[in-house]
Amino acid sequence: MSIVSRDRKVQVMNNTGEPIPSESANAAPGQKPEVALHLDNLSAWYGDFQALHSITLDIPKNQVTAFIGPSGCGKSTLLRWFNRMNDTIFSARATGTLRMGDQDLLSSRTDVVDLRRRVGIVFQKPNPFPKSIFENVAFGPRLHMKLNRSELNDLVEWALRKASVWQEVKDRLHSPAVGLSGGQQQRLCIARAIAVGPEMLLMDEPCSALDPASTLAIENLMDELRSQYTIVIVTHNMQQAARSSDRTLFFFEGRLIEAGDTELIFTKPTQKQTEDYVRGRFG
Amino acid sequence: MSDSASNDTLTSQESPSPAERATLVGGRRRMSTDRWFQRLCIATAAASVMVLVFLLASILVEGIPALTSTLVLGTPEPNPDEAGMWPAITGTLWVCSLCALISLPLGIGTAVLLEEFKPRSKFALRAYQLIQLNISNLAGVPSVVYGILGLTAFVSMFSLFDQVREPGAAAYEIGATYYDQFSNLASDPFLSMGSEEVAERYFFVPVNARTDAPTIPKPGMQALEYVDNVLVPVEVTVTDPFDAPAEPEALSYAIDINAVPGRISEKNWYYFRLPFGRGVLAGALTLMLVILPVVIISAQEALRAVPSSLRDGALGIGATPWQVVWNVTLPASIPGIMTGSILAMSRAIGETAPILIIAGIVYIRNSPHHLMDSYTVMPLQIYNWTSRPQEEFHQIAAGGIILLLAILMTFNAVAVLIRHRMHKQQV
Ligand SMILES: Nc1ncnc2c1ncn2[C@@H]1O[C@H](COP(=O)(O)OP(=O)(O)OP(=O)(O)O)[C@@H](O)[C@H]1O
Ligand SMILES: [Mg+2]
Repeated sequence: MSIVSRDRKVQVMNNTGEPIPSESANAAPGQKPEVALHLDNLSAWYGDFQALHSITLDIPKNQVTAFIGPSGCGKSTLLRWFNRMNDTIFSARATGTLRMGDQDLLSSRTDVVDLRRRVGIVFQKPNPFPKSIFENVAFGPRLHMKLNRSELNDLVEWALRKASVWQEVKDRLHSPAVGLSGGQQQRLCIARAIAVGPEMLLMDEPCSALDPASTLAIENLMDELRSQYTIVIVTHNMQQAARSSDRTLFFFEGRLIEAGDTELIFTKPTQKQTEDYVRGRFG
Repeated sequence: MSDSASNDTLTSQESPSPAERATLVGGRRRMSTDRWFQRLCIATAAASVMVLVFLLASILVEGIPALTSTLVLGTPEPNPDEAGMWPAITGTLWVCSLCALISLPLGIGTAVLLEEFKPRSKFALRAYQLIQLNISNLAGVPSVVYGILGLTAFVSMFSLFDQVREPGAAAYEIGATYYDQFSNLASDPFLSMGSEEVAERYFFVPVNARTDAPTIPKPGMQALEYVDNVLVPVEVTVTDPFDAPAEPEALSYAIDINAVPGRISEKNWYYFRLPFGRGVLAGALTLMLVILPVVIISAQEALRAVPSSLRDGALGIGATPWQVVWNVTLPASIPGIMTGSILAMSRAIGETAPILIIAGIVYIRNSPHHLMDSYTVMPLQIYNWTSRPQEEFHQIAAGGIILLLAILMTFNAVAVLIRHRMHKQQV
C-alpha cells in the first residue's frame, strides 16, 4: 500500500465524479474561481521514460498553488511544460490537454515567445545575467516593448519595487548583478520576470538556496504578488507551502495524488501518501 | 525507526566498516611523493622557460644592433645595410587584419551554429557530428597543405577562368584603368621644344582611348620623364598635338615609377579581380583555412562554458533563440572566444609555409594598395634573409624577428585589454 497505483488515483477521481482540483475549490459556494490553466490527461515523457502520468487539474487564477512531493516526482517537469521550457530538452514530449484560456499550449503553433512573456519563470538557482542590475531588469522589456529611456527607467524601478529589492539596489543600479547576495539575486530574477508584464509566475524551488531571512522576504513578496499574478511554486519546504500557498498539490512518481486547500492538505489529507509526506514520514 | 538506528550504530561498533578496516597509506610516503611531483613540475616548467629565454637572448644579442629605422621603413635591397622590411610589415598587417576580419565572424558563427542551434532530427544531428569531426581533423592538417589548397582554390580558382584569357591574367576585374605607353625621343617634335634635359618621355593613353592614339598627347594625360635616371611623372598640358606642348608640371603622385613602354595599369583601392591571383586576399583566405579550425573549436569551448541557466533565464522571459545568443550567450563567452582568437591570430602572423606557396615572389618593394596587390609578409622576408650566405643578412633577419615579436605582442596586448574591458563590463 505504500506505492500509489494508477488505479487508485482513478478511483479517487471517480469517487468525486470530477477532477480532483474542483473537489475543494477555494471559493464561495456555487462560484468557481477563475481558471488560469486547465490540464486534462497531461502525460509527459523524456524519451521512453514517462515522467508524468495523466495529470488532470485546474490552476486557479490569482492564487498561490504549491506543488509538493518527493524528489524526482515530476514537479519541475510539469512546471516547465506550463511555459514550454521543456522545448529546450530534445527528448521531452507531452500528450493531453494544457490550456490557458482557450489557447492550446501544447500546440506546435503556439507562440512560445509570447507564452513565456505571459508566463514568467523563476528558477531554483538565481541566474542573473552577467550585466548590470538595471540591464537585467530592462532585458525583457527591451525585447518585447517599445519604450523610451524614461519609460524604461520607470518600468525597471516599478519591477524592482514590486520584487522588494529596490531599497537595496537603488544606489547601485549600474553595478554588476552578480555582486548581489543570493537572496537579492533571486528577487532580482523575480523583478526581471515581472518586468515583462506576465499573468502568471512559475517558481521552481525559489528559496532552496536562500537563508531564512531571504526566504521570508520572498514569501512576503509572493503574498503581495498574489493579487495580480497567478503563482505556482514548487517547494520542498512544508512550512513554506503551508504558510504561503492557497492550494497544495501533492505528486508522487509522476502522478497527482491529492489536490486541495492548503489547510486541508496539511491537516486532513485524504490519502495516506500525502499524510506520510506532509508529516515528514516519507522515504 | 529509532530501534533500527541504534542497531546500526551497534553493528558498526562491533564490525568496522570497510572504510575503517582499510590500512591507510603512510603520511610520510604520501608527502615525499607530493614533493617529488612538485619538483618534477618545476623542472618541466623551468626547461620550457629556459629554452625560451635562450632563444630570446640569442635573437636579442644578434638583432638589437640591426634595429634601425632603415630596417623598419626601408625596402628590401641587395645591400644588407640599406635593406628594410616596410613592405613585409605592411603586408603582414594587411594579410592578418583581413584574415581576422574574415575568419573570426565565420568561425564564431560556425561555433554558434554547432553549439546553440543543435538540430532535433537524427539525420541533421549526424550531419552536425560529421562537420564536428571534420573540423577537429582539419586542426591537425599541416599548413603547407592549406597553401596548396589555397593555390588552387583562391589563386587560380581551379583554373575556371583560364579559358577566358591567358593563365594568370584576370578574367574579370573592376577598378583598373589600363594605359598604353608610348615613348618619344627627346628629338620628338611634340615635346622636346629644344629642351636638352628632357631625354625621353612616356605617354599614357587609356586603353579604351586607343583609337585616338594619333592625337596624343592630350591635356590631363600623364607622362613619365627621366630625371637623373629616375622616371618622374609629369602632367602634360597640351592643347594641340601638333603644337608644341606647354611646360609639363610634375605630378605629386606616381602611377608606376617602374613603367616601361607597353601596357600598364593603374589600380584603384577597390580593385577586384577573378581569379584572385597571388594577392593579399588569396593570402588572407589561405591563412583563414589554417586558423579557422582553431577559432571554431575554441569558440565552441567558450560557448559551452556559459551556464545553461543563463540561456534558460533569457528563454524564460521570452527571448528568441537568436536573441539569447546575441544578448546573453555571446557576451558571456566573448572573453573565452577572444582568448582562442588571440592564439589563432598569433599563429596566422607567424605562418610562413602557406604564404611561401601562395605569394611566391619574395622580392616585393611596395606595400599593398588593394586586395589583389602582391605582397610579402614578415616571416617570409626573415626566411629569405636567413637563407642568404652573408652574415649581415642574418643580423637584419634577427632584427626582423624582434620586430615580428613586437608586433605579435602589441596585437596580443590590445586583445587582452579588450577582453579585460569586456569582462569588467559584464561581471
Ligand atoms: N532532461 C531530462 N532527461 C531525462 N529525464 C529527466 C530529465 N529531467 C528530469 N528527468 C526525469 O524526470 C523525472 C522527474 O524529474 P523532475 O525534475 O520533474 O523532478 P522534481 O519533482 O522536480 O524533482 P526535484 O524535487 O528533485 O527537483 C525524474 O525521474 C528525472 O530523472
Ligand atoms: Mg525540480
